[in-house]
Amino acid sequence: MSVEANVEEITSVTSEIIQELQSLEGPMLPILNEIQDHFGFVPQDSLPVIADKLNLSKAEVHGVVSFYHDYRSEPAGDHVVKICRAEACQSMGVNELSEKLLSLLGIGWGETSDNGKVTVEATYCLGLCACAPAAMVDGKLVARLDDAKIEALAKEVSQ
Amino acid sequence: MTLIKEIDFGTPESKSENMVSLIVDGVEVTVPEGTSVMRASQEAGIKVPKLCATDMVDAFGSCRLCLVEIEGRRGTPASCTTLVEPGMVVKTQTEPLKKIRKGVMELYISDHPLDCLTCAANGDCELQDMAGEVGLRDVRYGYEGENHVVARQNGEANPKYKPKDESNPYFTYDASKCIVCSRCVRACEEVQGTFALTIEGRGFDSRVSPGMVGDDFMSSECVSCGACVQACPTATLQEKSVIEIGQPEHSKVTTCAYCGVGCSFKAEMRGEELVRMVPYKDGKANRGHSCVKGRFAWGYSTHKDRILNPMVREKVTDPWREVTWDEAFKHIATEFRRIQYQYGRGAIGGITSSRCTNEETYLVQKLIRAGFGNNNVDTCARVCHSPTGYGLGQAYGTSAGTQDFDSVEHTDVMIVIGANPSAAHPVFASRMKKRLRAGAKLIVIDPRKTETVKSAHVEAAHHLPLRPGTNVALLTSLAHVIVTEGLFDEAFIRERCDWSEFEDWASFVSDERHSPESVEEYTGVPADEMRQAARLFATGGNGAIYYGLGVTEHSQGSTTVMAIANLAMATGNIGRKGVGVNPLRGQNNVQGACDMGSFPHELPGYRHISGEATRDIFEKLWGVELNKEPGLRIPNMLDAAVDGSFRGIYIQGEDILQSDPDTKHVQAGLAAMECVVVHDLFLNETANYAHVFLPGSTFLEKDGTFTNAERRINRVRKVMSPKNGLADWEVTQKLAQAMDADWNYSHPSEIMDEIAATTPSFANVSYDLLEEKGSVQWPCNEKAPEGTPIMHLDGFVRGKGRFILTEYVATDEKTGPRFPLLLTTGRILSQYNVGAQTRRTENSQWHEEDLLEIHPHDAEQRGIKEGDFVRLASRSGETTLRATITDRVATGVVYTTFHHPDTQANVITTDFSDWATNCPEYKVTAVQVSPSNGPSEWQIGYNEQATQSRRIASVEPAE
Repeated sequence: MSVEANVEEITSVTSEIIQELQSLEGPMLPILNEIQDHFGFVPQDSLPVIADKLNLSKAEVHGVVSFYHDYRSEPAGDHVVKICRAEACQSMGVNELSEKLLSLLGIGWGETSDNGKVTVEATYCLGLCACAPAAMVDGKLVARLDDAKIEALAKEVSQ
Repeated sequence: MTLIKEIDFGTPESKSENMVSLIVDGVEVTVPEGTSVMRASQEAGIKVPKLCATDMVDAFGSCRLCLVEIEGRRGTPASCTTLVEPGMVVKTQTEPLKKIRKGVMELYISDHPLDCLTCAANGDCELQDMAGEVGLRDVRYGYEGENHVVARQNGEANPKYKPKDESNPYFTYDASKCIVCSRCVRACEEVQGTFALTIEGRGFDSRVSPGMVGDDFMSSECVSCGACVQACPTATLQEKSVIEIGQPEHSKVTTCAYCGVGCSFKAEMRGEELVRMVPYKDGKANRGHSCVKGRFAWGYSTHKDRILNPMVREKVTDPWREVTWDEAFKHIATEFRRIQYQYGRGAIGGITSSRCTNEETYLVQKLIRAGFGNNNVDTCARVCHSPTGYGLGQAYGTSAGTQDFDSVEHTDVMIVIGANPSAAHPVFASRMKKRLRAGAKLIVIDPRKTETVKSAHVEAAHHLPLRPGTNVALLTSLAHVIVTEGLFDEAFIRERCDWSEFEDWASFVSDERHSPESVEEYTGVPADEMRQAARLFATGGNGAIYYGLGVTEHSQGSTTVMAIANLAMATGNIGRKGVGVNPLRGQNNVQGACDMGSFPHELPGYRHISGEATRDIFEKLWGVELNKEPGLRIPNMLDAAVDGSFRGIYIQGEDILQSDPDTKHVQAGLAAMECVVVHDLFLNETANYAHVFLPGSTFLEKDGTFTNAERRINRVRKVMSPKNGLADWEVTQKLAQAMDADWNYSHPSEIMDEIAATTPSFANVSYDLLEEKGSVQWPCNEKAPEGTPIMHLDGFVRGKGRFILTEYVATDEKTGPRFPLLLTTGRILSQYNVGAQTRRTENSQWHEEDLLEIHPHDAEQRGIKEGDFVRLASRSGETTLRATITDRVATGVVYTTFHHPDTQANVITTDFSDWATNCPEYKVTAVQVSPSNGPSEWQIGYNEQATQSRRIASVEPAE
């Protein structure tokens, strides 16, 4: 696919999403969520379209997109693991567990495995302190992590 | 002389009329309700430390330095975001506060370079000041950890470090010095209204970012107005001139010499060198804001192209010969007298400049009327707002806008017609946008979808993209809706206007042929859109009309002005804040030039030359008899030159060859004359046909006054000696003396005294009053000793407001098979008028050449692609330029600017003009566009002549 066609596709998909959600109050985040759902990330070429349709400046849209770590600038792996690194989970040993997962997968924080299967990210508090350590795998919460769960998780996301 | 330091009150002024008293550090202070504790403290003379607050933008509460203690409240609230309450007792300095502030400052400094001695902001840095004010003595945190300060750390590149962004020609962005106070971002949003900046990232990653990823300042939406630079408390955003020269040591308040907004600036100097121009908060036109031209584009004043010595030549094909001033004056006097002897007293004349001061303009018309003994004086307003003078004079009795710029803050619905303030009156556009963001509605009547129609956070409720030349039809149709739907303001009309005249007018506009449905066909605007716009204007609250040259520069320019005047009267929108008819004047002193008697039929103050009583005043004072017949207008002078009866002209500060329509005709007229005297900063295009060149002085080199679009008389103050040796008023005076006039002005204030003594609307104006008040708006006389911000308060100046019938008559300039498109012209933000000044600055980085805007459909039909060279031809002539394809213009319409002499857009424009005032019809020309390989023959010939004509003979070295 040529780069130019890409821009066209991004523009038209973005426009459709905006069309659908524009009437919401505070439509920018729902629009960005939908764009990320569609492309797996928020393409830079979407930003001027959003700015134009919502009558904002490009800078403002960039300010919002860059504020939220959840908005990606490039596609993630097929699976996304978010491990909580906040106080409660740390006190329950998440640091050792996450090191283990990262070494099993052979990647670092925020990185995607070479085969594109998995991305591991840090997050700060999933609200599951009572059953720490916790993580989120492809949007689903996983709690009371231990060695066995980490190994199983590593296997699952590598497939 | 000292450097003017304005007090920063930290938060904007509250406009409330309810007053609140409180005690700050034992001092009682009374302020309007809604004032912040910070501002109230400053009013009491107590300065609370602050970094993120500045009075140009709303309180933000992020720096945590301005904390105070308030009796009966827990904690330490931020004084910028806390509003005053009656009886509040505030302490700004306590032990806990001191400790908190030191701690906060320590953290700021821990991520800021300690290079104060070599920093450009040294001596003008609020961070430095605050460190001093809070008594910071120690920073316990080193730079070993994460920081934004050092480029390399531990042998590796620091990923948080950003190199300086030097893309903007006038200022730099050094992120390593940024404390992320957001003042620049907020200034861009709240003051300028462009929203080009944001804070990207979050937490420690937060940085100021122009545009989006990959943008620098130049590629972002930034329009280089300078508001961010002014707001920045550190050297993060810093003028390059300050980096190069150093901090200024003294300053004077003066007035910008670009557009008719008339912004006040502090010219900050080091000796006679201008360091920077900073908008002055007490300036009532701009309220502390600026645009790229006034703020930064003053480099032309010392440009190498400036001519500093008078020059003379026998023939325009000769090279120029430098002469002394005396020789030049003697030569002109001899030539002018010879011409008058040979061809008659009326064979010479002059053109006053809308770029020069009131005093200078007054002297030029005086020279012509008293010295030349005729009334052959005209000014560039002929080609811009002469219909405004005529139309508003007829309807209301005064030839000027009715409001001050502050009035826009009270407007609910604005009609902007034939004007693009974002490009041509940017500082007013910012004030307008601020009001629009606060909820006012906007109706734009313009063939193009300009940036005024839609920009970040602003969108016109109605854009009526009419066919060029159909203004009258459209406005009459709006009136049709207002009258037939009963939306007019009967009480206002009965009280202020002649009711029977209104009835005549009402029955005229009610005719079915003026209905939106009937005019839709030739205006090209959907009827429903017209109806809705009319209803909105009539019923939406305070309605104000702002207009520009898209109204006046038509064959029916005067009629359109009258139609606007009718609309305002019919809806009762005259005589109070927030309403009115507001011509956006183009040049810095075009209002003043008109006021000063620059027209052939009018003495200063718009009094007809045929009036015995008026002539008598001047005859007694000047000791001459004045000719009671109106003199020649510019186009008539040129016609007469071609006919052989007009032979000599003194042109001060106007480039008629580039700016006036039908270039070939202007060329022929000038070429036919025997003594053309051009008085200008540069060898402009007109000078190619001049026999004498008198070097001019810039606005920085003289004292005087400019009158802006709101009738405001602003002081211009001399900050450096004229590089050419003489201020322009001195040049005119010496020329007059050479022609035996007994003139002995020693300062422009004496000229103003003469103006005040002879002109009732200026009766109270004096330099002392201007010194005291800063500025005043005429009329300023016994009835209004401090000037008149809003006119026609209790009744129209002429008595009853006059409704005038406005029949639409299509222009004779029509499209046809040979010339199927309509060309309209306009301006761009970074360039000014014929570009003589801005082209000699870095502003050209934004606009290197004039482009032809053409709709994709029209372009495709002609096989024209983006950036192609195209031939633009009309019945008058042809030129070539590059095309840009855009849907900002409708099909059938093309658009270009006229800033560059290479393009010479006025070769294309015709000699059709306004029926009443001869204002040329720049805005409508039937044209054809076709692909081209390069410059037209005419362009090549023109350039050869220009190069040839600009030669200056080298002076023989002395033996």
